Amino acid sequence: MSTNRIDALFTRRPKGVLNVYCTAGFPHRDATLEVMQSLQASGVDMIELGMPYSDPLADGPVIQASSMTAIEGGMTTKLLFEQLQGFRERIQVPVLLMGYLNTVMQYGFERFCADAAAVGIDGLILPDLPMHEYETLYAPVLQRHGLHLIFLVTPETSPERIRQLDALSTGFLYAVSSSSTTGRDKDMGDQQAYFRRLEGMGLRNPVLVGFGIKDAATFTAACAHTNGAIIGTAFIRALKGPEAAGASIADVTRGFIKTIRP
Amino acid sequence: MSVYSVDTNGYYGQFGGAFIPEMLYPNVEELRGRYLEIIREPGFQQEFQQLLRDYVGRPTPLYFARRTSERFGTRIFLKREDLCHTGAHKVNNTIGQILLARRLGKKRIIAETGAGQHGVATATVCALMGMECIVFMGAKDIERQAPNVARMRMLGAHVEPALSGSQTLKDATNEAIRDWINHPVDTHYIIGSVVGPHPYPDMVARFQSVISEEIRKQLKETTGSELPTKVIACVGGGSNAAGTFYHFLDEPSVELIAVEAAGEGVHSGHSAATTQLGRDGILHGSRSLVMQTEDGQVLEAHSISAGLDYPGIGPLHAHLFATGRGRYLSATDEEAVTAAFDLARTEGIIPALESSHALAGLHQLDLSPNDTVVLCLSGRGDKDMQAYMNHMK
Repeated sequence: MSTNRIDALFTRRPKGVLNVYCTAGFPHRDATLEVMQSLQASGVDMIELGMPYSDPLADGPVIQASSMTAIEGGMTTKLLFEQLQGFRERIQVPVLLMGYLNTVMQYGFERFCADAAAVGIDGLILPDLPMHEYETLYAPVLQRHGLHLIFLVTPETSPERIRQLDALSTGFLYAVSSSSTTGRDKDMGDQQAYFRRLEGMGLRNPVLVGFGIKDAATFTAACAHTNGAIIGTAFIRALKGPEAAGASIADVTRGFIKTIRP
Repeated sequence: MSVYSVDTNGYYGQFGGAFIPEMLYPNVEELRGRYLEIIREPGFQQEFQQLLRDYVGRPTPLYFARRTSERFGTRIFLKREDLCHTGAHKVNNTIGQILLARRLGKKRIIAETGAGQHGVATATVCALMGMECIVFMGAKDIERQAPNVARMRMLGAHVEPALSGSQTLKDATNEAIRDWINHPVDTHYIIGSVVGPHPYPDMVARFQSVISEEIRKQLKETTGSELPTKVIACVGGGSNAAGTFYHFLDEPSVELIAVEAAGEGVHSGHSAATTQLGRDGILHGSRSLVMQTEDGQVLEAHSISAGLDYPGIGPLHAHLFATGRGRYLSATDEEAVTAAFDLARTEGIIPALESSHALAGLHQLDLSPNDTVVLCLSGRGDKDMQAYMNHMK
């Protein structure tokens, strides 16, 4: 089996990786690929593509609203895979699908993984998939299709559990910056001790920090002791903000990424 | 262990579990690790039982409904949870959980509510214990349950409107869970039904099991037998039904009957009859039956009763349904209101709209003079007077 694009990325670029989240079918139903291409063209290293869900427990109001816009616009899992047909001809960066277990379950877990792998997806983030269920039911399916499964850790996660999650995680470990839903304002300076603690644990996976990264300062702070960071809410906000009115998705995306990595 | 009890991983058969983001794991794990040990402490039990007796007003009567019995040609007893302090069975659970929260060292309480009965019960115990209380309630429910909103505020609780999605119980629950994620250390989330991640369904069922414990004892005193032939209760998430069924789960001679809200009709597109319309799925942290689109988006439920207006059902109920141990019926808004007027005029009791669904279920049963039926009258109808007055117009 060829190397997973996520693994290849961290080999090539072990520090300062920028992963940006976008919601499939947002800002409008057929924008998925345009947003992804714009992100790649702006120099983003990895894309986390959110699958909209009506009851997203880990998301704050901005991402939830983008999901509702997408659902109301007609976005479905089936349509997402149709939109992603042939996307690898245009997009080379690693792409993850992020979503909640219920929509994956309704599509059929095996079918979902097969379709994801077939279009060229590299891994999944399913924040409500428990370790026990993953180990007993789902791990073999993901492995069979060469997909990585990324687990989350938080400042409240015990060292023992961080090691368990790191042992199960493939691709990278998603370090939630502080216990919160997405898009809450916080100071990454306060979290340095936590990031240093993770750095000192000698984990087998690279670590990307997410939640609360919104500008160059928070991105740089998050990257100091980790392999990179993930931006979600701030980008979604830019896509629907006043500056987005009349501008192309490509221009908005380029403008936004410049504020992160000038 | 009973096949209807939760297993060590939090499952009832294929249903249950704890499908939660890592941000909630420490909270839920702390509860899971400690709830049984705390509940079993003699000091906890003493305080819990004393409050149930002196504050809630337990045991609640098991009332032989003579005129209703004559009408149905059988023996019907009403378990009068409507006579609990705060007006519904919900307080049994909130007393238990507030004592638990205090022992876990929590300072701040959050809750979700549909009809407002669980919100009032939570606000009540927070006032009693001097703890901060935030109740999430769908903006639509705030409108249709104004008296309960006023009661919560008078009791010192902050009522936070849930403005997302359908603005009902499902969304209030999402908002409460998100608040919990954002306050991971000092906050306890008092879930009001037998839903949510393990251990909530089991913990809430245990606190509500006082209902069936009393039924057995009271029935023995009245009829000479501890066992009715049928027990019947309404189901939204399913806490009063879980409490009514609990001590009969392993008594195969007792038929367990649950009545869901069919709204304007099961297939009208405005219904909350989850066992008939739902599929295996995950909602609010547990695997159960969920009303959803083919794509897995959770649907809005509809019922005239805000307390049953929920597109899921507790995993214990999904298991009872799937195994055939429980029989799940449904009653429409109209049938429920009619049943409420019948009870008011034959027994002098105005039931909550939720309980009226259980009453409406009586019409669907083949009852004989040899039956002994116990119906859980889960709450009183004061909060629903507006809906009843609309019906009288």
